[in-house]
Amino acid sequence: MRLEYFQMVDRIVALDPGAWTVRADCVVPDASPVFEGHFPGHPLLPGVLMIETMAQTGGWLVLAVLRFQRMPFLAKVKEAKLRAFVVPGQVLQAEARLLHDGSGYAVVAGSISSDGKKVADAEITYRVVPFPNDTLRAQMLDTARRVAVPEAFLHG
Amino acid sequence: MSSTFETVAGIIAETCDIPREKITPDSHAINDLGIDSLDFLDVAFAIDKAFGIKMPLEQWTQDVNEGKVSTDEYFVLGNLCANIDRLVAAKAA
Repeated sequence: MRLEYFQMVDRIVALDPGAWTVRADCVVPDASPVFEGHFPGHPLLPGVLMIETMAQTGGWLVLAVLRFQRMPFLAKVKEAKLRAFVVPGQVLQAEARLLHDGSGYAVVAGSISSDGKKVADAEITYRVVPFPNDTLRAQMLDTARRVAVPEAFLHG
Repeated sequence: MSSTFETVAGIIAETCDIPREKITPDSHAINDLGIDSLDFLDVAFAIDKAFGIKMPLEQWTQDVNEGKVSTDEYFVLGNLCANIDRLVAAKAA
């Protein structure tokens, strides 16, 4: 994870667009400017970044299902539960399951676990729209390769 | 259509916290009931799930934006339910 760049997902370790599932590894950095403020003397991964981690993990799944022809933008977070504190250096596994591939929207169930224990979960809705420009699509494809989204899922 | 309307009205009442008695087949989801686009995503998700369909919202939006139809065609609930019935019938065919 590079928190200050909103790079929450380190590596996609399992992705099955046919089964509508994804799993990703995310390692909380030992140090980040984020921890200087959240909180001084007691660093914790902010809950909003746990939600962002689930949203990005599910986002990679939606992108793969749609073969990167459209972009999911976070629209709604329902019943987010932050069940445990997450600290610097902690190893996280994020998972998402696509609940519905709607017309212009998608809904996923996301969760984060650490050492086999669930630390967060939420239902996440995205607006799914054409890429607003080629720059963003190219950047998303570059990032997809960095986090090891299989090449076969990058193109229609 | 009447059972479709009852299901849709129930979904809207629960999802958007609108009193059920205010929801009629003549209600316009946006103009009369004040449902915004984000709440309508929730309604669409619940309708898609309840009827096992995928409402073509993007096509409907395009039709409205291109002036082919008015929003009444898709957002007046009686019309919406007729469209849902057509989608259900097409799926079963």
